This record gives sequence, structure tokens and C-alpha cells, in this order.
Amino acid sequence: MSDSSQNNNSSCDQNKRDLIKNTAYAVAGVGAVCAFLPFFDSMNPSQDVQALASIEVDISALKPGEEKKVMWRGKPIFIKHRTPEEIKQATDVANADLKDPQPDADRVKKGKEQWLVTIGICTHLGCVPIGGQGEYKGWFCPCHGSQYDTSGRIRKGPAPKNLEVPPYEFLNDTTIKIG
Amino acid sequence: MKIYHLLFLLFIFNSATASTAVSPTSALPAKQQKWEFDGIFGRFDRTSAQRGYQVYKEVCSACHGLKLVSYRNLATIGFTDTEIKQIASEYLVSDGPNDDGEMFERSGLPSDKITGPYANEQAARSANGGAYPPDLSLIIKARHDGANYVYSLLTGYQQATDGFELASGKSYHPYFEGRQISMPAPLVEDGQIEYKDGTYATKEQMAIDVVNFLQFAAEPETEHRKKMGIRSMLFLFILFVLLLIAKKAVWRNVK
Amino acid sequence: MTSSNNDPNQELQDFHQIHLDSEQNKSKVVAWLNSRLPILSAVENTLKKHPYPKNLSYWWNFGSIAGIALLVQILSGLFLAMHYVPNTKLAFESVEHIMRDVNYGWLIRYIHAVGASMFFVALYAHITRGLYYGSYRAPREVLWWVGIIIFLLTMATAFMGYVLPWGQMSFWGATVITNLFSAIPVVGEFIVTWLWGGYSVDNPTLNRFFVLHFLMPFVIVGIVFLHLMALHQTGSNNPTGVPMKSKKDAIAFHPYFTIKDLVGFVAFFLVFGYFLFFYPNSLGHPDNYIPANPMVTPAHIVPEWYFLPFYAVLRAVPDKLGGVLMMFGAIVLLFFLPYLDKSPVRSGAYRPLFKKFFYLFILNFIFLGWLGKSPAEGWYIIASRLSTLYYYAYFLVVLPLLPKFEKTLPLPQSIDQHYKQQH
Repeated sequence: MSDSSQNNNSSCDQNKRDLIKNTAYAVAGVGAVCAFLPFFDSMNPSQDVQALASIEVDISALKPGEEKKVMWRGKPIFIKHRTPEEIKQATDVANADLKDPQPDADRVKKGKEQWLVTIGICTHLGCVPIGGQGEYKGWFCPCHGSQYDTSGRIRKGPAPKNLEVPPYEFLNDTTIKIG
Repeated sequence: MKIYHLLFLLFIFNSATASTAVSPTSALPAKQQKWEFDGIFGRFDRTSAQRGYQVYKEVCSACHGLKLVSYRNLATIGFTDTEIKQIASEYLVSDGPNDDGEMFERSGLPSDKITGPYANEQAARSANGGAYPPDLSLIIKARHDGANYVYSLLTGYQQATDGFELASGKSYHPYFEGRQISMPAPLVEDGQIEYKDGTYATKEQMAIDVVNFLQFAAEPETEHRKKMGIRSMLFLFILFVLLLIAKKAVWRNVK
Repeated sequence: MTSSNNDPNQELQDFHQIHLDSEQNKSKVVAWLNSRLPILSAVENTLKKHPYPKNLSYWWNFGSIAGIALLVQILSGLFLAMHYVPNTKLAFESVEHIMRDVNYGWLIRYIHAVGASMFFVALYAHITRGLYYGSYRAPREVLWWVGIIIFLLTMATAFMGYVLPWGQMSFWGATVITNLFSAIPVVGEFIVTWLWGGYSVDNPTLNRFFVLHFLMPFVIVGIVFLHLMALHQTGSNNPTGVPMKSKKDAIAFHPYFTIKDLVGFVAFFLVFGYFLFFYPNSLGHPDNYIPANPMVTPAHIVPEWYFLPFYAVLRAVPDKLGGVLMMFGAIVLLFFLPYLDKSPVRSGAYRPLFKKFFYLFILNFIFLGWLGKSPAEGWYIIASRLSTLYYYAYFLVVLPLLPKFEKTLPLPQSIDQHYKQQH
């Protein structure tokens, strides 16, 4: 017992001391964790980026057979006004013939089957396919030869999945909101 | 002498030697008003700030930009999403280049920043006899005692004192450093604009409303910051007391 | 009894003899790790075996508080750097982007800005403790010198950091201070152009200031480790100035100073929080919310408050080179302190005459600061010169001469005795 601190009194006092000490440390710990949360959140998308998370597109000028490209969250979006032929080509295909089976009806909105909205990024390695080309009259990816049909589904080539359909809705007959 | 004696002396000294206007060209200290956003419990006066936006739009925006504020930010002072879309669409925004390589104009979206009256500072100076009407996004933080200063500026125009030599194109203003300001009085008469909420737009009312709006423009985080402040200081105070008790308990060991 | 007070080598010897009892850590995992990298045992030694004077007052908290302030600055700065753009066309707007769009960006920005001021509050309090209690005296000379280096590096870091928002004060403060280097004979102009990376403060300057501002704090962390190593060698000073001689004078860092330091941290955060949440711009200058304009000089160029005393010294001298030398000299002077103060008594608490001159020194330093933000005209000029004179005279005249005239109070026999008296 030759240094300057001694253990005092009963263990009851010691327990009280420990409780106070541990409570204080625990509260301090909670405070420290809470203090980190704003730093963590600052790395999430900022308000200006979030404001562009949805876009509204005017499709009134698109005639049947025409396609419009817009940027959404940094990605190209293909908005295609399909002709009746193109729709028939898409619906006539049997699911069994598809590499990534998905009926055309699942890829468009009911009552608006002439509108096909897809993310214009090849599901193989990310190039942007070219519209109106390829054996299936849909899109052709020049990088490695993937071919998509008039529903944007993969038919031939190395891509594993159909062109992704982003979340979108019709605000009215001439405007769609993507995202 | 203890540290608080020192600090007290310092405070007295600093206050006593604070400069008071002596010369005929130095500005008067700003008129002091009570603002709802001041103090640790400060909040925006939303109805006033919305009227203030109207004052900005109909009076100030002829010469002053507000380029750091986006239309979507107006939600902070209580505008609804529909109102914001409407307000934004009334502005033209430069966009492009289009597929022909040309810049074009389109109507504004909530995500756009508020369009200013001039393309750049040089255009602003050229249209205003060489003087630059400053962008108002930060004006309240960019001036000492900003809110009271802007209020005094808007309500303080008066006749020049006898013998004061006023340069051409300038107005006399006792609250502006040098007492000569390039801006002609922007708030000229009561009822200058018709507020959407029916309040009568006296000069005084417009000045107060626009200051409330500009405070939001400069510090949109005001309410969040002060609310967080109260909670954090309370937490820290409780933690301080806990730790102090714990410290004394631990140190009881030391003889 | 008093011999070890005046013999630094004896003091070191006595200190190294003191060994505190502590329980051995019995964990096998800990033993395994320690046999390969003795990090855990190093920490445990510092916390539990290393002796600290038991009579330390709260003035001894400011070192660890400064350490926390450094960590707060690094953390907040890191997250700001994820959004800030160091280009003259974009810098100002990127800061406003942080304030308005980045989630909690306003909070992180204000933490960093207010935090810089809080860091200097802690540093100045820490240095004041050192000056009053004679912590700079043998055998702690090197500890003191490393501390001055930390102070200088922190000032350089703060100076460069203030340029980054690219406001009016950022630009003009940078212009005024970098222009000082042109006062150096022969190579002055070349050095300034080299610093600027151009013919005036512009984009190259901003870019390199950003890089250096990011780098320096990590250099400072390294030097702080040296500072702590030096402290480890000599042991802490204490309010009596009488060194530790036996176990009765000492206690372990843990749990006594861990909990006491925590108390200090929270008190620090309370002061920090008051400014941060309610008056975040009160310590800054409104002109820095005006984008930098090389064509328009602000009416009064003022540095941040923590530079004001040195700014006053700079302006007090009518000659450009003279002003620069006197300003840097004011800090270089501190290096000589261990050799200027030769009183047989270390701690100011037992030196009544010293106390009077010391309080005057502190008041004078604060007065110098106030003069630094006053316009350089009228009676302010003569006041700055007299104030600068006293600053220098305190170190060069007062301290060396005091031992001849002062009657010191009797020192306590030991730290143990002093502690028992106080409690």
C-alpha cells in the first residue's frame, strides 16, 4: 500500500462508485456514437442530387417508331414509341425462346403498351446499345454483339439479362415520371 | 486575479472602446429590431418570409440575384410542392447545348437555382452605372449585424444633411458607410405591392418581410441548427454533471 | 530537500525511480500480441504504471483538450474534403453546396470553422499554464520546444485553411501575408512568386494550400507523439513546481486522469457547442461571405482572432522587413525561455513579484490582440509599439532580472504535502 491511492471503505461504496462511473461512461459512449451519425449521413446523396432522383419527361412529340434518350441518375434511358408491328413482334415470342424469360406485358404499363421505357445499358458489360439495329429489330450492342428485341429483351449474344425497366409512371398521357 | 476578473475587464474595455459614429461620413449603427429567428429558440416567421419572397420577386429581383437558393428550398419557409412548381415554371432557365449545339431556354424546375436578372457581374455593372447590385443569397451573413443592417438600409433613406456633397447618381443614406449609396430607395411607398395574403404592404412591413426571407436565404438550416443545439447542450450538461460526480467518486481514493 | 528542485538531472533520476504498483494483465491473447508487437503493453504502461503528480489542477487538462480539438478538426476536415473543390471558380460555391445541400454539411462546416477557434483557445490556455508554472524549465526544454513547433505548424495550417473558402478575407489575408516574404533581401521576390505559383494569389496558390492544409495535421499528429514521448521522459510538472520524489507523490493516469480528462472534454464541448449551434459566425468575419474579388480590397483586412496579437506586432514596426522579423521573433523568443528564466523557484504560484509581471503580460497580450483588429492609425500606433515593447521586455528583461529582486514564498516539502493541504 505504498502508492498514493488506496481502496476505501466497504465494497458497497465501491459498487456505488462503479455504477456512477459506468453510467457516465455509457452516456458518453452514446453521445459519441450519436455525434458520428451526421458525418455518416453527409456521405449519402446530397439534397441537390436527391432532387434529380426523379425526372419528368414530355413524350408528346414522339411519333410511333421514334425513340427519345434522356439521362436519369447518370444513366441513359430509352423511351420508345412502338409501332403496332413492333408490339406484335414482342408479344408473339414464346417465353421458352427467351434467354431471360419475361413476357412483354410485364415490361410495359397496361393500356400503354406502345411505350417501352428501358435503361439503355447493356446487361453484359455496360455499353450503350444502338437502337433500330440487329436481327430482332430492337437494339444492338456494338461492344460484344448482344442483340435485344422490340421489348428490350436479350435474344442473342453474351448479355445475361433483359434491358432493365426503371421505376416509372404516367402522370398523364403526355408525361412520364421516371424514378 | 482570477480568470473571470480578466474576462470581465476585457468585456468592459471592448464595449467602452467600441466605435461610435463621429465623422459625417461614417455609418450610424444599425437600428435594432426583434427578429423571430434570433436567440437560441429562433424560428422562421413563415408567413412573413413568404411575403418577403414576394417582395424579393417584385421589387429586388430586377437588379439582385439569389443564385444560391433553389426553388425547392422554398419548402423550408412553408411553400407547398404545387406552389414551388408554379413559382419555378414562371422563370426561364438557360439550358443546353441542344443537339444543334445551341444554348436554349426552358421553364424552371424545382431543382433549378433561382434565375437572376443578369448573366454575370459585368452585365450587372454595365446596367447599373458601374455599381454591382450584390447577390442577396448571403447578404445577411456578409454584413455586420446583417438583419438589422438590411432593415436599416431599406427603411433609412432620408434627405441629405445640410452641406453634404452628394455625388451624381447616388442617394444619401446615414446607415451606409460613406453615407452615399448607389441604390435608389427600393421601397418607395406604402402599398407598393399587393401581398397575396392580403396584408397591407407598408414600407415597414415590406422591409421586415424581406429581411425574414433573406435570413432564410442566407441560413436555411437556422431552425434545425438551433433545435439540435438545445438538445445537444442539454445532453452535454447532463453528461457533464454525471462525469463530475463520477470523477469525484473515483478521486475519493486519492489521499 | 530542495536540491532536486534545482538539479534537472537529479530530478530525472528521482522520477525514473518511481514505480507504481499495478496488476499484471493475465490474458494469454494479450501476452501473445505483446510478444510480437508491444502496442498493448505500451498503452498499459502509460495508463497504469507511469507516475503522474496527484496534485495536478484543471490547468493540466488543456493538453488533452488540444489533442481532442486536433482530432475533431481532422475528422470534420476529412468529411468536408469529400465535397470541397479547390478551384478558384468553384471553391466558394462548393462551400455553399456543403452548407445547403450536403446532409448535415452546415454542421460539419461550422464544426470545422468554430473548431479552429476552439483549438487555439485550448492551445493558448495550455501555453499559459506552461508559462505560469515554469513548465519550460530544465529538464523540460525539449518538451517545450516541440510544443512551440506544434504551435507554429498549427498556425500555418489554420492560415492555409482560412484561404480555402475563397472569400474576400481568404484572398486578401493570403495576399497580405504571402507578400511579407518579399521583405527578405535578395531572394524575397523569387520566394513569393514561387509560393504563389504565379504573379498573384490565384488558382495555383489555392490548390497547393488545399493539399498542404490536408497534409499538415497528420504531420502535427506525429509531432504530438514526440511531444508525449518527451513528456514521458521527464514526467509532468505540477502546480508547486516541486518534482515527484516518491510513490507518495504520484498516481496512475488511469482511472484518475482518464475520468478527469473526460470532464475537461465535456466542458470543452459545452463551450464549443454554445458557439457552434447559436453563434457560429461570431468568431469570423462577415467579409468572408463575399466571394474573393482581386479588384476590391476590403476596408479593414483582419486575420482571425487567434493571429491578432502577432498581427499587431507586425504592424507596429514601420519597416516591412522589421515588422516581419519582430512578428516571427515574438515566437522564436519562446525557444529561449528555458535560458531566460533562471529563478531558483519554478512555479509562478510561489513567486509573488513574478505573478504581477505575468498578469500584466497576459493582459498586454490580449490588449495586443485588440490592437490587431483596430485600424492602424491615431493613438493605436503608439499603443501597439509600447505593447510590443512590453511583450519583448517581459522575456528579455523582466524574467532574467526577477531572481535578483523577488522574494519567493516557501515551497511545500513535497507534492504529497501540498495535496494534503489542499484537500
